[in-house]
Amino acid sequence: MSEFRGIYTLWKREVLRLVRETSRLVSSVVTPVLWLVIFGTGLGVSMGTSAGYNYQQFLFPGIIGQTLLFTAMFMGISVIWDKQFGFMKEILVAPVSRLSIFIGKMLGVGTNSMLQGIIVFILGFFIGIPITFIMTIEIIPLMILVTIGLVCIGLIIASVLDSLENFGVIMTFVNMPMFFLSGALFPVATLPDWLKWVFYINPLTYGVDAMRAVTMGSVWHTILPLWQTIAVIALFDVVAVLIGSYAFTRTK
Amino acid sequence: MTYMIEARNLTRKFGNLTAVDDISFQVEKGEVFGLLGPNGAGKSTTISILCTILKPTWGTALVNGFDVVKNSSQVRKSIGIVFQDPSIDDKLTGRENMVMHGDLYGVPRSQMKSRIDEVLKLVELEDRADSYMSTYSGGMRRRLEIARSLIHYPKVLFLDEPTIGLDPQSRDHIWSYIRELIKNEDITVILTTHYMEEADRLCNRIAIVDHGKIVAMDTPKKLKDDLGGETITVKTRKNELFLEKINEAKIAKAAAIVNDEVKMTVDGAASLLPAVINIAAQNSIFVESISVQEPQLDDVFMHYTGRALRDGKGKEIPPMIRMRRRA
Repeated sequence: MSEFRGIYTLWKREVLRLVRETSRLVSSVVTPVLWLVIFGTGLGVSMGTSAGYNYQQFLFPGIIGQTLLFTAMFMGISVIWDKQFGFMKEILVAPVSRLSIFIGKMLGVGTNSMLQGIIVFILGFFIGIPITFIMTIEIIPLMILVTIGLVCIGLIIASVLDSLENFGVIMTFVNMPMFFLSGALFPVATLPDWLKWVFYINPLTYGVDAMRAVTMGSVWHTILPLWQTIAVIALFDVVAVLIGSYAFTRTK
Repeated sequence: MTYMIEARNLTRKFGNLTAVDDISFQVEKGEVFGLLGPNGAGKSTTISILCTILKPTWGTALVNGFDVVKNSSQVRKSIGIVFQDPSIDDKLTGRENMVMHGDLYGVPRSQMKSRIDEVLKLVELEDRADSYMSTYSGGMRRRLEIARSLIHYPKVLFLDEPTIGLDPQSRDHIWSYIRELIKNEDITVILTTHYMEEADRLCNRIAIVDHGKIVAMDTPKKLKDDLGGETITVKTRKNELFLEKINEAKIAKAAAIVNDEVKMTVDGAASLLPAVINIAAQNSIFVESISVQEPQLDDVFMHYTGRALRDGKGKEIPPMIRMRRRA
C-alpha cells in the first residue's frame, strides 16, 4: 500500500511540474507544428501524391513519434537534474523501494510525453488529417506502448550519468539518430539494403510504422504484419523496463 | 540503557581512501550528539552510513534498534534527515514539498494536514507555506527542510551541517528552532558541524572527528575542562617566525596560526606571558596585540588534532555571534 502511495506521489510531482511549466508545453508544441506545416508542406509539394496519400499524411505519425521521443528522453534525463540539485536524495532515503521510484518516475514522465503526443495528434485535425473516433481510441494505447520504451531509455541514460554536461552528446548521438533513422521523415521500404538494417534495430521505426497503419489505414503497408510490429514494440518495452529498473536500483 | 544509535567499528573506504576509520559510539535517547570536524573528516560519510545511503565497508550500526544494512527500510522510517545540500523541489510550493514527503513516508492522511501545520509553525513558515520554493531565501529553505524532516515523527533526526552557507542571523534562527524541537518533540538529534560555537551551544555530547577517527568524545564542558589551561592569542607581524620560536621554547601545549594570529594553549597563562613577550622581543618580532582566554572548544580541537579547525581558511566564523531573541 505504501509503495503505491510512493508511486502516486512521484507521478503527481511530475504532473504538477508539467502544469507549472506552461512555457515548456507551448514550446514543445511549436516544434512539431513547424515540422508538419513548413517541412510537410514544402517537401509535400515537390513529392506530390503518387502513392495515394500526401506527404503531410505520411509525416504526421512520424512527428507524433518524434514528440514522444523527444519529450520522453528529455524528461527522463531530467532525473539528472534531480540528482544535481539534490532532490533525488530526498526520494532515495524515503522508505520506498527503488523499483517504486522507477515506476513512479516512469509513469510521470510517460504522462508528460503522452499529453504532448495527444496535443500533436489533435493538431493533425488542423492540417487536414481525417481524424476519426476509432482512430483516436486505436492510437492512444499505441502511443502509450511506444512511450514506455522511450521513457525507459531516458531513465537508463539518466541513471548512468551524473551531470548534464553530456546533454548535448545525448541529443547528437541518441535523439537525432533515433529520429532520423525511424522512418519518420521518409519511407524505409525504398531505402538501400545496407541502410535498412539500421532502421530495423531502432524501436521507434516500429512505433512510427504502427501509428501509420492506424492514421493512414489500408494505403499504408507496414514492414511486418501489424500484430508483429506491435509485438516488437511490446517486447522492447518489457526489455527496457527490466533494464531500467535494474539500472535504477543500482543508482547511488 | 538502550541506545538510539550504536555504531560499532564503522569503516568506509573509497578505493584507497579510508573516509571513516573504525568509528564506534553510542547515542542515548533524547541526546543531542555532535560530530565535529573539518571538511573531509568523515562526518558526512558517517551520517550517510547511519542513514542507509552508504553501506559500511566494515562494522555495523544500529539506529532505533535496527541494523542499517539488514533493516534499512525500518531505519529509514525511524529517521529524519536534513542534508548538507538542499533537497527540495523548486517548482513546487512549500506545502506541496511537505505533502510529498508525508506521502513518501506513509504518514496517515488523516494526520497529515495538522502535522504539517504543526511543523511549519515550529519553523515559523506557516504564512509562506503556499509560496513556491523558488521565492524562499536560503535560510527559509533550510527551515522548511528541517520542518519536512519532522513530518513522519522520526525518532532520530540527522542534521548534516544545518547552518552551512547561512548568514549569522539565519544561523541563530536555525539554532533556536533546533532547541525548540528538542524541547517539544520526543527526538534524538545527531548533527555534524564545523562550527565550534554551534556544537558548544546545541550538543550534550561531542565527538571530535579527524581523518576518519574519533579523537575525543565527551560533553563540551568536560572536553574544555580536561584541556585545562588557557589560550594566549598573540598577533604579530611575523606569525610564522613567532610560532617557530614558541615551539622551540616548548612553553605551549599546542600552538598554531589561526585567523592571522598565533594561538597557544598553555598552563598558567599569567606566569607565562612575560616569557612569551620575551621571545618576541629577542627575535625582534613586533607584537600588535595579546590576549588571554579561558578554554574554548576551538582549543579542544586544536589540542586533539594539532591544528586549527579551519586551517588556512581564514575568518569563516565571526568570533562572537550575538544571541537573537525571538519575538
